[in-house]
Amino acid sequence: MSSSTTQTSTIGAIGAPSRRNTELALLVFAVVIPVFAYVNVGLAINDEIPTGLIGYGIGLGLLAGVGHIVVRRFAPYADPLLLPLATLLNGLGLVLIWRLDQSERLQQLSMKAYGTFSPSAPSQLMYSAIAIAFFVAVVIFLKDHRILQRYTYISMVGAIILLLLPLVPGLGADVFGAKIWINVGGFSIQPGEFAKIVIAIFFAGYLMVKRDALALASRRFMGLYLPRGRDLGPILMIWAVSLLVLIFENDLGTSLLFFGMFVIMLYVATERTSWIVIGLGMAAAGAVGVASFASHVQARVNAWLDPFSCYADSGACEQIGQSVMSFGSGGVLGTGLGQGDSDLIGFAANSDFIFSTVGEELGLAGVMAFFLLYALIIERGARTALAARDPFGKLFAIGLTGAFALQVFVVAGGVMGLIPLTGMTMPFLAYGGSSVLANWALVAILIRISDTARRPAPAPAPSPDAEMTQVVRP
Amino acid sequence: MNKPLRRIAIFCGLLVLALLVRANWIQYVKADDLATHEKNRRVSIERYAQPRGDIIVDGKSITGSKATEGTDYEYKRTYKNGEMWAPVTGYASQLVGASQIENLEDGILTGNDDRLFFRRTLDMLTGKKKEGGNVVTTLSESAQKAAFEGLGDRKGAVAALDPSTGAILALASTPSYDPGVFAGITNKDGEEFSKLDKNKDKPLVNRALRETYPPGSTFKVLTAAAALEHGLVTDIDAKTDTPLPWIMPGTTTPLPNEGNIPCKDATLRDALRVSCNTVFGKIGADLGKDKMLETAEKFGFNEEQFTPVRSNASVFPKEMDKSQTALSSIGQFDTAATPLQMAMVTSAIANDGVLMEPYMVSQLQAPGLDTIETHEPKKMSEPLSKENAQKLQQMMETVVNDGTGSNARIPGVTVGGKTGTAQHGVDNSEKPYAWFISYAKTAEGSPVAVAVVVEDGSADRQDISGGGLAAPIAKSVMEAVVNNKK
Repeated sequence: MSSSTTQTSTIGAIGAPSRRNTELALLVFAVVIPVFAYVNVGLAINDEIPTGLIGYGIGLGLLAGVGHIVVRRFAPYADPLLLPLATLLNGLGLVLIWRLDQSERLQQLSMKAYGTFSPSAPSQLMYSAIAIAFFVAVVIFLKDHRILQRYTYISMVGAIILLLLPLVPGLGADVFGAKIWINVGGFSIQPGEFAKIVIAIFFAGYLMVKRDALALASRRFMGLYLPRGRDLGPILMIWAVSLLVLIFENDLGTSLLFFGMFVIMLYVATERTSWIVIGLGMAAAGAVGVASFASHVQARVNAWLDPFSCYADSGACEQIGQSVMSFGSGGVLGTGLGQGDSDLIGFAANSDFIFSTVGEELGLAGVMAFFLLYALIIERGARTALAARDPFGKLFAIGLTGAFALQVFVVAGGVMGLIPLTGMTMPFLAYGGSSVLANWALVAILIRISDTARRPAPAPAPSPDAEMTQVVRP
Repeated sequence: MNKPLRRIAIFCGLLVLALLVRANWIQYVKADDLATHEKNRRVSIERYAQPRGDIIVDGKSITGSKATEGTDYEYKRTYKNGEMWAPVTGYASQLVGASQIENLEDGILTGNDDRLFFRRTLDMLTGKKKEGGNVVTTLSESAQKAAFEGLGDRKGAVAALDPSTGAILALASTPSYDPGVFAGITNKDGEEFSKLDKNKDKPLVNRALRETYPPGSTFKVLTAAAALEHGLVTDIDAKTDTPLPWIMPGTTTPLPNEGNIPCKDATLRDALRVSCNTVFGKIGADLGKDKMLETAEKFGFNEEQFTPVRSNASVFPKEMDKSQTALSSIGQFDTAATPLQMAMVTSAIANDGVLMEPYMVSQLQAPGLDTIETHEPKKMSEPLSKENAQKLQQMMETVVNDGTGSNARIPGVTVGGKTGTAQHGVDNSEKPYAWFISYAKTAEGSPVAVAVVVEDGSADRQDISGGGLAAPIAKSVMEAVVNNKK
């Protein structure tokens, strides 16, 4: 008996290769592909290889290299796909932003509106560098994700503060109707992007402790297990905060994201379908309630239903219409990088609407490739959650992954006219420091959890209790 | 916890699947609709991404393109003598779209036409930039100039045809506009356009094709044709049985003539020469509305013409009593005709009874000047026999030689014509329209038939007459064509 148990755990130890070399090979692709895309844009727009090519290539390569070395050193068993995928998306995002920087139309628009034009790509490159530094810091200093469990309630307070910061007078900034920005020292920060991660810590910590109470103490009613009134408290609170964000910050996306994330984690923690039903019911009630009196939500919904009927009168309609026509004009193969007219969208062409440029210039083929890249990140995240050994890690990983998936769906669905548009940015692609920073942190945490999950178990302890726990490990 | 985890993973997969399905929907199924959507500016951006092909008159282009700065569009349409040619070219404006030839032949002019597909593919492979083809028109610069300058500051229109082919030689409309002033997309272009659009003189309307006027006495030519064709009159020099005054059937109202002219029992030739309302009113009433309608429709009434630019349908009423038929037969009541229509009537008579389809595009050329398509003249109808047509020619020549149309005489050239002064407005209160239709004839046949209408608000009421205002314009147009042929 002893031999077989030992064998199992030994195989576990040997059978989980670190895959660091796989990661390195994939990273080479993740750097080379954006470099080629960069050359492609330069040739298409200026008929020459862009002068910044070497700097850009080395810069991206360096960032990827640093990320890889740190992962190799501090998280050797981490999932090998996450870093290359994030690098590839970030690199292509830079190329797309640079491409839109070259657009005369957007330059004129900026000159007209602000009297000045400054290219976004250099700042985005800087943000990416800061984001990788942040990534490195998380991987190095977060030795074990379970440490975060200690900060459950502090995270809750932190998340709520982050969410409500844009409402503070003098700090918050109103950008095209959405109050999701704050101005600090000349920088615009989107605290909601960070709140996404912080609140996942709270949800994971809270649900891990309360899952039994939420799952078991319930009454059966019409085939559903209904929770006790007092257990409904937290979900009601999250619901209320979501609605506050929606009403006061005009931010449909963030509120949807948080509530969706909470319902996903609640379902995973309790394994009760009733929570999904209750969650969907509350989301629907909230959405319909808010939409019935908030004009900006109505405008978004109208723009989604038929962007061309109100095209001339409403900015929201024109944006969606432009975006959808951008996708349609791209067709199956696209116009080729640098050759489309996605800049007709105007403002936010390189942030909220950056995916329209993918649609027009890379076509259906490119769009599907991008979706598959995102799907892969989601898949690796879900796999990490499955592989995680502790409930906190499982919940944390699936919370982050679910939020990531929801964000991709909400943003891409919005610009393609599948669902009403919300003010959120495509992870890694869109211009914006907060978004890049937060998403690299998200990947860093997933890498940490996956490293813990795939790390060979410590040598079997002589104690029989320890052996017991080994056996039931999934 | 793993069961719900797997379900969540599947749920996330479904989200991505929904996105994939949506992407296929808008980028494959709906792609063409969206790519060519009326609100999609890419269509016009592409239209002006390369110099537009030209519209050609007499071997020279009357249009051009120039590079622009600071807009979405790289090139802008320019026009040479735009005001004169506007009724032919229409406009190609980045702001308001295109009209007439610019619109109808847009595919050729931009190079997007399917007939250019092979060439386009070849150009794409060899890396050559797409080019637009040319549209060659049938117009004659000297005739157009004569028409446009003849109208001068007055409101009116001229249409001239080659009777033997139907080719349009002149198509003028005044006041006109220069399509070049709103070809771009700037605010200034917008202001210019709305100024033209709001102008009460309607300079944007192509009067030669799109405005219908009461044809007045010029319509008597058609009534005479009907009388001959239906056998009511066989000898144009025999006395008709027309009392004076002639009371319109079913009424107690006599049909007045303009002035004291010898219309009692006048011959058809004389009746046309002095323009007797009584004689032609009675012919209309005697023939009845069905026979009149039959002849009018053979000449093209009640039908739009596509030259390929569309002309409005001229009107000969379908439901009338006898007195209304009489009035309609002298070009009053609800009868209304475009200048093109009256030119067609004249051309059918000049062409010995054969009406040719009017057209103004003779050739479409590919960018390399290869011909893609050549227009073949087509017969439209035969509203009267050769014999009757020649009788009518004699009558119209009498009008010019000894009658109201003396201002159209050209030395050494046979000219036939008919004047018209069409009253309109409630109780004829508004200033009448002056009409003149005519054709010139040389030894080789008739090279030109022309219709002129002048709606002049500034002239004295007494001075407005077809012979006075309109005939000199018709004369200079005919001269221009005849001199061209020499």
